[in-house]
Amino acid sequence: MTATLTRGAERIHAAFDGAKAEGRAAFIPFMTAGYPSAEEFPAVADALLAHADLLEVGIPYSDPLGDGPTIQRASEQALAGGTSTRRTLALVKDLRQRHDTPIVIMTYVNPVYAVGPREFMRLSKDAGVDGLILPDLPPDQDLEIADLAAEHGLAVTFLIAPTSTPERVRLVADACTGFLYAVSVTGVTGAREGTALGEVPAMLALAREHARVPVAVGFGVKDAATARQVAGVADGVVVGSAFINAVKAGKDVEALAASIAEGCRR
Amino acid sequence: MSLTLPSYPQPDGRGRYGRFGGRYVPETLIPALDELEAAYRAAKTDPAFLNELDRLFREFVGRPSPLYLAQRLTEHAGGAKIYLKREDFNYTGAHKINNCLAQALLAVRMGKRRVIAETGAGQHGVASATAAALLGLDCVVYMGAEDIRRQALNVFRMRLLGAEVREVTSGTSTLKDATNEAIRDWVTNVRDTFYILGSVVGPHPYPAMVRDFQAVIGEEVKVQLQAVEGRVTPDAIVACVGGGSNAIGIFAPYAYLPAGERPRLIGTEAAGEGVESGRHAASVAGGRIGVLHGSMMYLLNDDEGQIVPPHSISAGLDYPGIGPEHCHYSETGVAEYVPVTDAQALEALQLLTRLEGIIPALESAHAIYHAVRLAQELGPDGVIVVNLSGRGDKDVAEVMRLLEMERDQGLLDKEVEQVTLEVLA
Ligand SMILES: Cc1ncc(COP(=O)(O)O)c(C=O)c1O
Repeated sequence: MTATLTRGAERIHAAFDGAKAEGRAAFIPFMTAGYPSAEEFPAVADALLAHADLLEVGIPYSDPLGDGPTIQRASEQALAGGTSTRRTLALVKDLRQRHDTPIVIMTYVNPVYAVGPREFMRLSKDAGVDGLILPDLPPDQDLEIADLAAEHGLAVTFLIAPTSTPERVRLVADACTGFLYAVSVTGVTGAREGTALGEVPAMLALAREHARVPVAVGFGVKDAATARQVAGVADGVVVGSAFINAVKAGKDVEALAASIAEGCRR
Repeated sequence: MSLTLPSYPQPDGRGRYGRFGGRYVPETLIPALDELEAAYRAAKTDPAFLNELDRLFREFVGRPSPLYLAQRLTEHAGGAKIYLKREDFNYTGAHKINNCLAQALLAVRMGKRRVIAETGAGQHGVASATAAALLGLDCVVYMGAEDIRRQALNVFRMRLLGAEVREVTSGTSTLKDATNEAIRDWVTNVRDTFYILGSVVGPHPYPAMVRDFQAVIGEEVKVQLQAVEGRVTPDAIVACVGGGSNAIGIFAPYAYLPAGERPRLIGTEAAGEGVESGRHAASVAGGRIGVLHGSMMYLLNDDEGQIVPPHSISAGLDYPGIGPEHCHYSETGVAEYVPVTDAQALEALQLLTRLEGIIPALESAHAIYHAVRLAQELGPDGVIVVNLSGRGDKDVAEVMRLLEMERDQGLLDKEVEQVTLEVLA
């Protein structure tokens, strides 16, 4: 699949290349849109964007079964505060006024189908979104989504897990146009005890045989030390629950982002 | 070998029933679903597996369950003969045990020693805990906090059987949230855990596998009806639909007959306080197509795809979706789905109890209500089979609470008021 790259894919790849040129893995923080509230979210996002190579914004969803309690609770709070799919995209559009960093949207398939895949892509493009991550959509479930995304200039990212067979890794890698997302553990999102590396090296070796896009690792990275471990083997490091925990605890999100970004140096 | 598992034309090779079904799950689970599908395919034709399941069905569950002509109910309805397929006779009290034993046997075959399950009414949890006790497996059951309150007796039964019951307080604290938690557990422990899914929902191959295990219900009806009525096919079959496993179990053996030979297949959905009230669990009547728990189906969700909390008097029907095969039946006209409200179910529960001495589960009472209406419509030449999916023991405390509440608020149905007041006196 060496079709011409979409604008979103080009921007995402450039972000990875830029980090690599500086001797870093790309730093990819995640935040749930509308968390802790629609009013406070932009400041949180600004703090993350001050250090991010790529920002992942989650559309809050009522039944996020790939997520652990931290992101689920954040979603519940954001939904209760009235943040919906359309409002999330409005928040992204607003961030676009101030930042040029690539932004990818993380959500589940049901919100995409409810709005209508074509309309969803149109709205995302209009908001300045560069790419899409749908954790409950293996690439062979719906071939139309990736085509529609491409048609609207968006890149798609699919996930592999430690349980993925070599055939699955090939299939997923082939379908990715943005970056390949390797889930570090069998499990849901959430900051964990211990090292983040686990089964990552073996999985990455397999992924790199097939992937023509950068490979980022997420799930369980929570601080500079765990980020450094992952940065030693991956092109990018995704950190989510740790930032939500920081917001919740009233900690300085920008300081944490700075420290984890520093941890992404090799 | 006396048990065979059926082979139906649906789903297709990708686990789809028309546009419904599929596998919308995190990548982590895809290899596990492939492994399950292969193991199930092998088990399906393995005499050792089938003989053991057959033995358990007969000696442990008490199959075949009777087909009972409800004479007094038939007279009351004043029309078609109403037969009850007595799944309430099954050990542990509902049809759920058929599927649980079969899946637990499969878990053993696959070398998994830990099973997990989700439960609403607690029947699937009790059945899973029972199967786990019988086969010596570790068992964790996820249950919403609201359902733990409504079904305290079943919670105690599960614990007595040695299962761990984990309370779920996220979302609406009911079945859909318990299912989310079970899936999360499975994603985390997928290598050594078998997920015993309780209905014909979830990612492929679950809807097909659960259907095949429950199809014993409809297969028995064919034989039993032949003996009493000289025909294998009734005019209509009625069953309640939560996720839809008891309904598919009695529908599927008839659903793939040519249109002219097929009985009317009618699923009763929980209409709660009425479909128009917005407080219901009627996914066909009041939902739209969406994706939940790994498959595409009719789903209660708003125009941005957020799941709308369902409501039903019966915990077992309190689910925002309906199995993909039912969705396909609905879309192609193979089966009809009709809403029945909380009040109507409560009324039917009392009716069946008074007329036949059978206290049905609140879930099954939804089917009874519609069968009485349908009997009048079909007239005296007709034959209806109702799947009495479970017994009401688990519900009596909740029914008492609800009737007292109605009495206190002066809401009792006039026709049943006197009886109810006597009961509560
Ligand atoms: C007695 C009884 N009937 C029906 C149901 C609903 O399940 P299904 O729709 O899968 O048959 C339940 C679920 O708990 C139940 O306990």
